[in-house]
Amino acid sequence: MMANTASTPALSIRGLEVTYDHFRALKGVSLDIAPRESFGLVGESGSGKSTLLRAVAGLAPVSAGTIALDGQTLGNRRDKEFYRRVQMVFQDPYGSLHPRHTVDRLLREPLDIHGVSDGENRINRALDEVGLGSGFRFRYPHQLSGGQRQRVAIARALIVEPSILLLDEPTSALDASVQAEVLNLLEQIRRDRALTFVMVSHDLAVVTHMCDRLMVMQDGAEVEQLTSPELAERRVTKDYTVNLLRASEGFTRRQSA
Amino acid sequence: MSVMGNTTPPPLAEPQLSRREWLLSDRPTSRTQAKLGRAYVAWRRFAENRLALIGLIIILALVLVAISADLLAPYSPTIGNLATARLLPPSWEHWLGTDDQGRDILSRLIYGSRLTLYVVVLVAIIAAPIGLLIGTVSGYAGGWVDAVLMRITDIFLAFPKLVLALALVAALGPGIENAVIAIAVTSWPPYARIARAETMQVRNSDYISAVRLMGASPIRIVLRHIMPLCMSSLIVRVTLDMAGIILTAAGLGFLGLGAQPPLPEWGAMIASGRRFILDQWWVAAAPGVAILLVSLGFNLLGDGLRDALDPRSSGQ
Amino acid sequence: MSAPLLEVQNLAVRFPTRTGRVDAVRGVSFTLGRERLGIVGESGSGKSQTGRAILGLTAPSAQVTADRLRFDGQDLLTMGDAERRRLRGKRIAMVLQDPKYSLDPVMSIGRQIMETLRTHERVSRSEARERALAMLEAVQIRDPKRVFELYPHEVSGGMGQRAMIAMMLIAGPELLIADEPTSALDVTVQLEILAILDSLVRHKGMGLIFVSHDLRLVSSFCDRVLVMYAGRVVEEIAARDLSQAQHPYTRGLLNCMPEIGASRHPLPVLERQAEWAR
Repeated sequence: MMANTASTPALSIRGLEVTYDHFRALKGVSLDIAPRESFGLVGESGSGKSTLLRAVAGLAPVSAGTIALDGQTLGNRRDKEFYRRVQMVFQDPYGSLHPRHTVDRLLREPLDIHGVSDGENRINRALDEVGLGSGFRFRYPHQLSGGQRQRVAIARALIVEPSILLLDEPTSALDASVQAEVLNLLEQIRRDRALTFVMVSHDLAVVTHMCDRLMVMQDGAEVEQLTSPELAERRVTKDYTVNLLRASEGFTRRQSA
Repeated sequence: MSVMGNTTPPPLAEPQLSRREWLLSDRPTSRTQAKLGRAYVAWRRFAENRLALIGLIIILALVLVAISADLLAPYSPTIGNLATARLLPPSWEHWLGTDDQGRDILSRLIYGSRLTLYVVVLVAIIAAPIGLLIGTVSGYAGGWVDAVLMRITDIFLAFPKLVLALALVAALGPGIENAVIAIAVTSWPPYARIARAETMQVRNSDYISAVRLMGASPIRIVLRHIMPLCMSSLIVRVTLDMAGIILTAAGLGFLGLGAQPPLPEWGAMIASGRRFILDQWWVAAAPGVAILLVSLGFNLLGDGLRDALDPRSSGQ
Repeated sequence: MSAPLLEVQNLAVRFPTRTGRVDAVRGVSFTLGRERLGIVGESGSGKSQTGRAILGLTAPSAQVTADRLRFDGQDLLTMGDAERRRLRGKRIAMVLQDPKYSLDPVMSIGRQIMETLRTHERVSRSEARERALAMLEAVQIRDPKRVFELYPHEVSGGMGQRAMIAMMLIAGPELLIADEPTSALDVTVQLEILAILDSLVRHKGMGLIFVSHDLRLVSSFCDRVLVMYAGRVVEEIAARDLSQAQHPYTRGLLNCMPEIGASRHPLPVLERQAEWAR
């Protein structure tokens, strides 16, 4: 391969469109994410932020545009190799774990699919890495709390050692104190494993905390792209972003004077 | 958000756990313990239902009788004494009397339990997997695969069960094996429907998406992730259908299209007792009661299983 | 402060389960005037069960006990079911988290509001219609006539929640219990709904109990905040003094949320102490 990896984006999206039964959920979005970067997608419901993530994962019907991973354009079908490089953590920890499988089985499945040997060690290591420990190995999802489930989901995504992690609102279903723990865990993992993150959230505070750069989305299109420091200093150009920022500061009684 | 304060049990020093505590532990330490614990919870839910236990006892009794028929039966089921023992009423020698061939009815019932079990088990292991396979594949694949498979299912569903079975037996020739095939062929469509409905429900769930994201092939997803989820409702449905299968088999036997004489099939026994029903009522009544009891047993068992295995209540 | 609208003393809610008794609420006491009270806690803290117990909407298997549970001088515990039902909706109303589940899917929004009004007051159809339309306007629905005819699935989450609020407020209740009324909504919509609630509560002089997991949101909206943990109130504090909260749980909860512009890596996490639950 000729391309210099330092300059090739880890993920490059050009003019991506997704259409569900005549509904254009994504209307031509383009973005580049550098290796080891943490990139955020922010917007309200219907903005297309989750659709974008699912399109990258191959879970949404792409009608136009391209997605390239490390400079290689992906086809419509994703192969096993793709899923060793890209993994995803879902929003709802109650819905993303198979209800009849123990943690052990949940973590063993990706190893079996990819024919990885040394399963025992890997499972124990993955559980340690997400702060659960092997005591959780034979529990069923219903024996775990929301935060513990999300840790299992993270362990499952990491066990095949991907380089890109797609995070779809990974903490929005969790309590604030558990959210802090999971966010810290994700940051730790990204540092240790030099991962690229693409994180979707409706919460500006979470995204600016976790990401270097972010894109604000509305109605399936980009509003603007900015860096987290720019956002923190309120250097935003679009009205929509200003509104979002104001809304995230909580309720203010405007008519109280 | 908060439904109820799930106060976690106080951290025990965990000295010696009783067997029950070991099974109900929230922190299983091995695969076996996790599996057994789950089974135990289901069993307790099942055992809370008295009627279901009665059903289970009836079915277990049927199995035991079938296994030890050679020991239990006082006389031969096929050879009777035409000279001295024709159509005797119930007595100490013949508890349930004898039939027109001079055969002991109790012995015939005992041996007949084997045929009943044979039919029921064979139909279940033929029809349930066919239904499960067609339903899950249809539900997961969608599109034209779904359309084709479901139209085939509809064609089978459009015929009354017994009529279709009759036509099949007529074509294949009478006999217990052909009766089994005919019943199996007519009873898979509802299973396919159930499996499909259940598959459609979970197909787009995050946990199936997560498996797809691991790179699992569709075959693997259907076999290892979707089928196990459909199993419990299917088991319940099959159990509840057992009564119907027994009745259909008895009906075919009654019409002379199922088991052939001198096999002691319960339906055929009723058919042959029909001629003396007014004067020698016991000849037809005894197999009738047997069919009733076993059907009831399967129904009670199925109801209990539904409560114990219902996937919608198995969250906790 | 005005005479108490609601008095709660030593309220407890217990659920018998297969594995033993679960204490969802353990001895909660507070009084409420015509003010805005926030009840904050994480999942399992008993905050929702507190609200439900006041309304008498606890699951039938639960045991609800209290030394005192009085609304406007009437004892809610000894009150008969029928009387309590009459009180509910007429004088005490509740707004739930997700309008999708609390609105009847096969009845138009307008009719649901009219039905609610007509079960509590004797009014003619035309008057009920007039008042329902006025109420829809009061929750800032721009085209009340059109929304009146729509069914719940035809409107957005924000619109549905407005309709829900309109339905709950039509009979002019004196106490409104809002259980996470905006958690299912987008942030910008969330603020609009809160603004509507705020002005209605103030104009009509209602008492409000606002149940939420979001400490910051509650403190920006309410006068007083109860912080619940494991079924108990661990701290009661005026909303504007929240930054001076004493209890380590309240402080931890405030601290662990990421803030725009504050670079804290890693975020401080909450170290739960066993004695908080005692």
